Amino acid sequence: MTALLRVENVTKRFGGLVAVDHVSFELHEGEILGLIGPNGAGKTTLFNCINGIYRPEEGRIYFRGQDITGWKPYYVARLGMARTHQIVRPLAELTVRENVMVGAAFGSKQYDLRTAAHIADEVMEFLGLAERAEMLAGSLNVAQKKRLELARALAAEPKLLLLDEVLAGLNPAEIAQMVEIVKAIREERGITILMIEHVMHAIMNVSDRIIVLDFGKLIAEGTPEEVSNNPKVIEAYLGDPELALKLTRKSNA
Amino acid sequence: MMESVISFLISVTPFLIDGLLLGFVFGVAAMGLTLIWGVMDVINLAHGPIISLAMFGVYLLTVTLGWGNPYIALIVVAALALPIGMGIYYIAVNRVIDAPHLSSLLATYSVNMMLMGVMNAVFGGAPRNIEYSLGTIQIGESITIPTARLVAAVAAAGIATALYFFLYRTRIGRYIRAVTDNRDAAELVGVPSTRILALSFGIGTLLAAFAGGLIATIFPFTIFEGSKYELKSFVIGVLGGLGNPIGSLFGGLILGVIEGLVPMFLETSWTPVIEFTLFVLILLVRPTGLFGGKS
Amino acid sequence: MKESKRAFPLADVLPGLPDQHWASFVLPLAVVLGLALFPFITGKDVHRETMFTVLRAIVMAVSLNIILGYTGYVSFGHVVFYGLGGYVGFYLVSEKGMSLWVALLAGGLAAGLLAWVIGAGILRLRGAYFALVTIGVNEAVRALIQNLDIFGGPLGLEMNFSVYKAYGGPQAMLQMTYNILVGLAVIAVLLSYAVRTSKFGLGLLAIREDEDAAEVMGIIAPKAKTWAYVLSAILPGMVGALFFFRNGSIEPHEAFPLHISIEAIVMVMLGGYGTVLGPILGAAGYQVMRAFLITNRYLKNIQLTVSGVLLLLIVLFIPAGLIGWLRRRIPASRRILL
Repeated sequence: MTALLRVENVTKRFGGLVAVDHVSFELHEGEILGLIGPNGAGKTTLFNCINGIYRPEEGRIYFRGQDITGWKPYYVARLGMARTHQIVRPLAELTVRENVMVGAAFGSKQYDLRTAAHIADEVMEFLGLAERAEMLAGSLNVAQKKRLELARALAAEPKLLLLDEVLAGLNPAEIAQMVEIVKAIREERGITILMIEHVMHAIMNVSDRIIVLDFGKLIAEGTPEEVSNNPKVIEAYLGDPELALKLTRKSNA
Repeated sequence: MMESVISFLISVTPFLIDGLLLGFVFGVAAMGLTLIWGVMDVINLAHGPIISLAMFGVYLLTVTLGWGNPYIALIVVAALALPIGMGIYYIAVNRVIDAPHLSSLLATYSVNMMLMGVMNAVFGGAPRNIEYSLGTIQIGESITIPTARLVAAVAAAGIATALYFFLYRTRIGRYIRAVTDNRDAAELVGVPSTRILALSFGIGTLLAAFAGGLIATIFPFTIFEGSKYELKSFVIGVLGGLGNPIGSLFGGLILGVIEGLVPMFLETSWTPVIEFTLFVLILLVRPTGLFGGKS
Repeated sequence: MKESKRAFPLADVLPGLPDQHWASFVLPLAVVLGLALFPFITGKDVHRETMFTVLRAIVMAVSLNIILGYTGYVSFGHVVFYGLGGYVGFYLVSEKGMSLWVALLAGGLAAGLLAWVIGAGILRLRGAYFALVTIGVNEAVRALIQNLDIFGGPLGLEMNFSVYKAYGGPQAMLQMTYNILVGLAVIAVLLSYAVRTSKFGLGLLAIREDEDAAEVMGIIAPKAKTWAYVLSAILPGMVGALFFFRNGSIEPHEAFPLHISIEAIVMVMLGGYGTVLGPILGAAGYQVMRAFLITNRYLKNIQLTVSGVLLLLIVLFIPAGLIGWLRRRIPASRRILL
């Protein structure tokens, strides 16, 4: 397997704070890689480095064999990387369909509007947003906005999808639905996924491998099984006893 | 060599003093604008007409009503400006405070139009002048300062100092700074934010009116005069850091010095070219201003 | 791919949003042409002069809408393009003896070039900072031109009336320049429609809604914004060249008055920012209202105050403008009211 994404020694500082500290990992084509860690561990910052919102002070990022370190987000997007945002960012005054069309028209394939509209219709159907196509995106509820984020990213037909807490704020039924969707994205569309998640049972269930960040450092890497038995990981989560408990329970099961 | 430097300095000094004195007044006008920007992220496009209105207010009391002393009139006008500013806030700004910038720009511009319309109907376009000479002060052989300018500068410095103490030494001043830093957080700890915003708008208006009144004691003016100072206030605000009222005072002094010195080397008509080019460049390179503003 | 029944007939020629009704294209054009034809029907010169002002306002508002309404950047100093185009065109005709056609092209080119040169820099500023910097640019250019002797300094330039002979004398010139303005207004509407319904336009709307998110979705925002700015500058430059040619003189205070920019913003807001039809109706409505106020015995002295009150009411209560409000209220109207 070739590495679709290779992160080498990436470091991002904000003033004196080291948000991401010499992180290295690889992501293979067709894989679902989970990225976990306590709040403030630097997960979203790492995403922002990967897709070009921040330029890391040190280290390099390779995507599809190209060194994309310091590329602007729009060039990264065009090369085939799409993402969702932890805090949803709908284009509020555009309709749901127009939102998804933006993804298709400016993503990896750069479709013309007519084709983008057809792709948008298909993706909205897949994610259960078709009925709301003509609504203004700003009027959706949070769960729908999360789907919209995902729809825009999918419509871009990316090679790699970065999902930033798509399950946060959803109820158990919605979580189960979304987990199925994430799996289907890989199975049916062959899209590689890197996902940040706090909902432990879900990420353990869906990921092939998991990496763990704590205070900006990568402290563990392995299968869900290995990671949840890793003492370092349990320690990292001790500040968050409930999560630590869930982790240990999961590993005993 | 030494001699030529000294003679240059001597020739520059009067221009420099002149510029600095006016700079204090410019600074106070800009403080009004930048205080409002800092507290509520609103660029008050009614700033100019408020300055004009204060000029005519002082004129009305001093000349038309025959009070004779413009400085007493100035205090009355400034005191009236506070509730007027708060009224403008509640009528025009409060509803758009969280809307995109375009809304608040247009809301304050609509106030600009209303004030200009009223002033045009009442006063017309003719220039006015307040004749109240305080004479001049002679320093050495070559320096003559009109006393009115000195008084204006001292008064401006005085109100700037008062603002500083108000913002940093009183409870309400702390509230204003808290709202400037983070309105949501200030609300969480119980700061009555709407009232503080209104009060800040009132104080910004008061400062603009105070500056306008002072200018009226120095120069002749028309109802369009305020717009000139509005543009100057933008330049000063950006120089000193938008949202940093104390920085505005320094920005005002810098502008005053530029206006004092440029005519020595170039024709006066180049002054606005230099000012506005500087303004654009600072916005591009360092939008927080030379003395740090609100990011 | 199945073709939608209501697909827009010119879709293959003009780029169009897939589900747009043909009326959305015809309506704005019809409004502009209807206004433009009015003086031909009545045959009165005074109506032609009134409509000249209305059409000029339409070109300004429709052009401004590209950067303001579609892209979300509040250009307060947009009149700089009008003034610069005016000066460049005027100079070429009156001092260099070139034809009006050259002047029009040069005026548009100069305005577009200025937008392109400063755009990359100033479009990095967002929100109120951008608004401020455009005011600064306008004032800087005005002050600079006041100091340039080739442009006549603070007094400006005067046209020798013999220039108009080449255009059949002053009367014929007035009619000809009106006809040209009609052409420019039609071009402005076509341009606005083409941008609004194109992929480029969708990118601009995305930038307006959330620029960072737009970049993450692959929109090259700096490039798109700069082009939007250039497109919004060219026609005001040409109209400036046309107006001052017709006017016979140009001076700095006439060429760069900030209130023309702001009035254009008001027109865009009145009709509905980000729509094709809105700025047209806004411009026409604003001018009609102004004409009414100025000629009204009681209101003419405080016409500015009345306009101010109206503006405030719109900003406070219908910020989306007429068309924006209708589109929101009646979703079905969106296919027709663009």
